[in-house]
Amino acid sequence: MDDSQRIVITGVGLTAPNGNNLADFRAALLNGKSGISPYEIRYFGKTLAGVCHFDAAKYQKKKDLRRGTRAGSIAIYCANEAVLDSGIDWSTVDTSQVGVFVGITEHGNVETENEIHNIKQFDYDCSTWSHFHNPRTVANNPAGEITLNLRITGPHYCLGAACAAGNAGVIQGVQMLRLGEVDLALAGGVSESIHTFGIFAAFAAENALARHENPTKASRPFDKNRNGIVISEGGCILTLERFSDAKKRGAKIYGEIAGYAMNSDASDFVLPNPERQAQCMEKALKKAGLEPEQIDLVSTHATATPSGDIQEIAAIRQVFNGSKKTYINNTKSFIGHAMGSVGVLELAGNLPSFSDGVVHPTINCENLDPDCEIDNLVIGTPKSVGNVHYILNNSFGMVGINSVVVVGKVNV
Amino acid sequence: MTGQEIREAVISILSDIAPDENFASMKDEISFRDQFEMDSMDLLDIVLELRKRYRVQIPEEDYPKLDNMNSTVEYLLPLMNP
Repeated sequence: MDDSQRIVITGVGLTAPNGNNLADFRAALLNGKSGISPYEIRYFGKTLAGVCHFDAAKYQKKKDLRRGTRAGSIAIYCANEAVLDSGIDWSTVDTSQVGVFVGITEHGNVETENEIHNIKQFDYDCSTWSHFHNPRTVANNPAGEITLNLRITGPHYCLGAACAAGNAGVIQGVQMLRLGEVDLALAGGVSESIHTFGIFAAFAAENALARHENPTKASRPFDKNRNGIVISEGGCILTLERFSDAKKRGAKIYGEIAGYAMNSDASDFVLPNPERQAQCMEKALKKAGLEPEQIDLVSTHATATPSGDIQEIAAIRQVFNGSKKTYINNTKSFIGHAMGSVGVLELAGNLPSFSDGVVHPTINCENLDPDCEIDNLVIGTPKSVGNVHYILNNSFGMVGINSVVVVGKVNV
Repeated sequence: MTGQEIREAVISILSDIAPDENFASMKDEISFRDQFEMDSMDLLDIVLELRKRYRVQIPEEDYPKLDNMNSTVEYLLPLMNP
């Protein structure tokens, strides 16, 4: 493939419940540091969540924070950090050629709940409803707030893709670069879902909200006693460039998007479909021109729901059966389910494997569910595996949406 | 409410709306928008906060009267002392 069609990651900006930059996040993943803590939200009450503690005022005025959304704030922090990390001299960038593509699971619920809570104090007088509700709740809000903050005049939009959204944002960035529509993509995903009581109530209603006396142990994919999801907020934006451009400016390169795929289950509102998940992984491998045994690490989507984890392992077995060198891990065990951001956070947290040859583990799996047993699942402690050349990142979402991204190591 | 009390109430609203600004040095005869980084959405915010905090309804044709502190206090005096 021509270098102008090869798309590489040159910057990472993130906030997760256990780290506000890639170095801290990676250190937390290697040191078994969970980001889950007790949490309380109106109406729903006490629960658990992954809360981010980034400095929101680092890139925004107080007024912008008041006007904008939490999702926008997360997006702005991550985008600025990514640009900084990329080493790009922003003052020389033609921002009409920059695209912003942000994956979201949902958007606007936080603001709508806030406004209804507000008008309740005024006996539901709609004249006390905020004029900011429109710009706060349009579906492009988080991406649009990035463009306002960084004065980007190229295209921006969000990709609504349930929990497959982080990968979807990255895939969109790759496609727009390959089409020549943009010269630089800020791509990834965000989630502010912990600020809506509705998501907690909904997962509780599905009997899929995690409970544990020790918050840090609540998110436990593949464990026999897992009892559901821990909801988190988070964000991760990558700077994506053509390999030819990155080489020209001597950029640091984290990896190359070697392949990707998205598909639909077309089978159920909520329940995953392992057959379609396997097809999605196979399509991504085919696009990358790789065989399963060339994948060194599969970053699982597993959320710690009783059935979802079993289904994904079944799909991975189907694709990777017999691949002795493919390791498997999970990041939600540390950070919970950061919804629209989680796919790209999981991808980012594993990128350092290309340089350190270490696979971070899945934690909190004290009694492995026999139905989740699979060769090379890294449990409890990090594993040095030697050279890592390819990582395959799974993200799956409700209403049957699957996304897979394959990232390869780049030797410059 | 006295004119001074209304002035303080407006300052309180402005401080919430534009938290990066310092209103201590405000010149009461000069337009808010000429002194501070404020726009039409901020004006709507002033109207909304007056409605929420003091149940004062301000019709759109009267918005120009909220241009500066002097005109705002003068306009609000009868409305906040019904």
